[in-house]
Amino acid sequence: MLKKMTKNTKSNLITYGIVIVAFVVMQTLISAGSISSLLEGLMVPICIYVILAVSLNLVVGILGELSLGHAGFMCVGAFSSAFFSKCMRDVITVDIVRFLLALLIGIVTAAVFGILIGIPVLRLKGDYLAIVTLAFGEIIKNLVNVLYIGKDANGFHFSTKDVMALNMEADGTVIVNGPQGITGTPKDATFLIGFILILITLFIVLNLINSRDGRAIMSIRDNRIAAESVGINVTKYKLMAFTISAALAGAAGVLYAHNLSTLTANTNNFGYNQSIMILVFVVLGGIGNIRGSIIAAVVLTLLPELLRGLDDYRMLIYAIVLIVMMLFNWAPKVIEWRERHLRFGRRKKEAVE
Amino acid sequence: MSFISYLINGLSLGSVYAIIALGYTMVYGIAKMLNFAHGDVIMIGAYTALIAMTQAGMPPIIGVLIAVCVCTLLGIVIERIAYKPLRNASSSLAVLITAIGVSYLLQNIALLIFGANAQTFQSVIKWKGISLAGGKLNISGETIVTIVVCLIIMAALITFVQKTKPGQAMRAVSEDKGAAQLMGINVNGTIALTFAIGSALAAIAGVLLCSAYPSLTPYTGAMPGIKAFVAAVFGGIGSIPGAFIGGLLLGVIEIFGKAYISSQMADAIVFAVLIIVLLVKPTGLLGKKIQEKV
Amino acid sequence: MALLDVKNLGISFGGLRAVNAFDISIEKEELYGLIGPNGAGKTTVFNLLTGVYKADSGKVLLDGQDITGKKTIDISKAGIARTFQNIRLFKKLSVLDNVKVGLHNKHHYSTLEGILRLPGYRKVEKEMDEKAMELLKVFNLEHAANTDAANLPYGQQRRLEIARALATEPKLLLLDEPAAGMNPNETGELMEMIQFVRENFHMTILLIEHDMKLVSGICEKLTVLNFGEVLAQGKTADVLNDPQVITAYLGE
Repeated sequence: MLKKMTKNTKSNLITYGIVIVAFVVMQTLISAGSISSLLEGLMVPICIYVILAVSLNLVVGILGELSLGHAGFMCVGAFSSAFFSKCMRDVITVDIVRFLLALLIGIVTAAVFGILIGIPVLRLKGDYLAIVTLAFGEIIKNLVNVLYIGKDANGFHFSTKDVMALNMEADGTVIVNGPQGITGTPKDATFLIGFILILITLFIVLNLINSRDGRAIMSIRDNRIAAESVGINVTKYKLMAFTISAALAGAAGVLYAHNLSTLTANTNNFGYNQSIMILVFVVLGGIGNIRGSIIAAVVLTLLPELLRGLDDYRMLIYAIVLIVMMLFNWAPKVIEWRERHLRFGRRKKEAVE
Repeated sequence: MSFISYLINGLSLGSVYAIIALGYTMVYGIAKMLNFAHGDVIMIGAYTALIAMTQAGMPPIIGVLIAVCVCTLLGIVIERIAYKPLRNASSSLAVLITAIGVSYLLQNIALLIFGANAQTFQSVIKWKGISLAGGKLNISGETIVTIVVCLIIMAALITFVQKTKPGQAMRAVSEDKGAAQLMGINVNGTIALTFAIGSALAAIAGVLLCSAYPSLTPYTGAMPGIKAFVAAVFGGIGSIPGAFIGGLLLGVIEIFGKAYISSQMADAIVFAVLIIVLLVKPTGLLGKKIQEKV
Repeated sequence: MALLDVKNLGISFGGLRAVNAFDISIEKEELYGLIGPNGAGKTTVFNLLTGVYKADSGKVLLDGQDITGKKTIDISKAGIARTFQNIRLFKKLSVLDNVKVGLHNKHHYSTLEGILRLPGYRKVEKEMDEKAMELLKVFNLEHAANTDAANLPYGQQRRLEIARALATEPKLLLLDEPAAGMNPNETGELMEMIQFVRENFHMTILLIEHDMKLVSGICEKLTVLNFGEVLAQGKTADVLNDPQVITAYLGE
């Protein structure tokens, strides 16, 4: 029993250790100036992808349901926080205070969306749940693109048509400009903040998994009917996993919004392409394997940038990786073959005395 | 008059969705999987027809036939390599994620071969169509042919499934794979046949879609594919008439949404339909209820 | 008063009356057997009692409390736990964690305490570990506590399911073919364990079983189900000698 506890803790400590060492190494290289500005510019995006991958793994690997709308929650976090930051740019002048408030707003808004979407969606299972989360993600992206918000002396004005329809006074400023999105968000996100957010994400996800609630969530994944038979509230725990995952995606969205001066919602950043990109990280890192998600997110973000020549083939390679990984890990015949021929394919059996 | 012309446009687009949805619904009914790559087979079909017609200078009808053959083969190959090994996997997520991978694979192969720029698709239909009410209402040849083709396909499919041996085998496999196997039905062959038919329909849908909306890119199939799945769910997954009705309704809803609500929100409206259907009547308009065995 | 009192329970699937007018009354600490040919509706009765299916007629009282038509999780909280004919373990969780999921509703700390690792978490987790190990010892599974449930041998999986069910501290334990697929040695061991559980946990048990040696060996009373209806009911020896029962089993 003690052995088991230390084993879990040890594995988690290794995960934290890898993240911390990677941060320290990169930070040292950056301070020493021995890193290209291109690579340096990738640090915050890497943090964003790591948070997205870990949080999606909570739904896909731990809850066992496929969500294809993860980028939608990121979108909600990004826009709500950027909206706040832009409005408060001149009111709250201490950057870090404003950013922390924006972070809070992004997380809470994404969590609220997670609950609102989760309540109806989580009644569904499997394919249906996947396609409905995809639908919600696309709807969020679509809605953001027709949203116009302006502010003048009389307060806020909303429209879904165009800027003119806002009917603002002459002194009014447009904050959200439909497909042009939000411009002039303060660039508050830093590598350090991203790193801290990764640690917090890990802390939340890993501790959740190794707790009473985490076991309940995993029991639903492994056998919903048995979970109900021992009195696990399936709806509650599905919603919990889904909401926490959405909130963390929201945090990634906040980082994203505050790393760019212009925030728009398009297919590549908040569409289902992005959701599937995050899914690729989760699958490559191993479904349910948190450390794997981190490594996959880092490697798959760095690799195409380092090997520029591969850029044309990047998505092709991802597609092949996805298919091959699924066949290798899940096809019954391949599993059988692996267990017979490869040592590492065997399930680790602990000594039974 | 504009209302009627929107309605006809909607029915035309809906007919394309219906043809794609027929493929979806058959595959879902029999292999119990969401073939995410189905939409991309449409795109491959359209490119094949385009090359056959423009590069090789073949007549449209031959171009369409070649597209049908290529897609049929593609459908069988995809099923054999990517889906069949996962049929008895312990998690149903496995085959779904693989299908997403196949979808991306097809898109990116097309991207490498044809590039990201949109190519203009020449309509395979040379007929100008008809003009009614003294020229106030024009119905294009594409519109009429699409609707007619869709009706023919549906009638043929229903006959096939009800009256022929392979059709009966399909129904048997969709009811109970294990029992069908015991009755001597070639389950693998039946599933492969289903993919072949679905993919052949996808090729036809691709040609018709691009005849009506002549801009072809590697991503052309993705959205119609997803929307056709919405149509299949709307009509009741597994049901052939359901896919037909769902497709038509969805096409009309989309065109009306574009015309009367907001052109940017058209996709959102279609997806909202899906969500409402799944929450109110998850079995769709004509679907059957399935009870889980304990 | 009986611990479980079922009157006129029934359900139809389509046109088929799967269970009809089912009555049963089980006293506290009784070991009761539910037998009958394949397809007689035994597992359906379990599914009705645990709320997996909704009965279309009848009434179920557990310890005087009306649980008719309640949801599975409420029935679990009311005090019925079960095992499954086709084993349903949490395969990717350890043996210990399987039992700890069973303890879920009896040991509480908040989500926040869990994530922040507050003292409440440590205290309750320790309690749960101890309790779960105690149960594993009863079923000779303590050596495998850290193994994934999927990697247990078949017989041990069946025992783990019973341990998990007991962890919910039920008033009534439903066992669906606990000896299925076991060899005579394992069945013998299992019989002892069931007796032990009954005596030490003061447990009331209703079990479905085909192994007549087990049934006649440990059950005090039997109900025989045939085509969804009660064919015979009463003391084990009397029921097994009932000519109707013999006919149903052996055919005419």
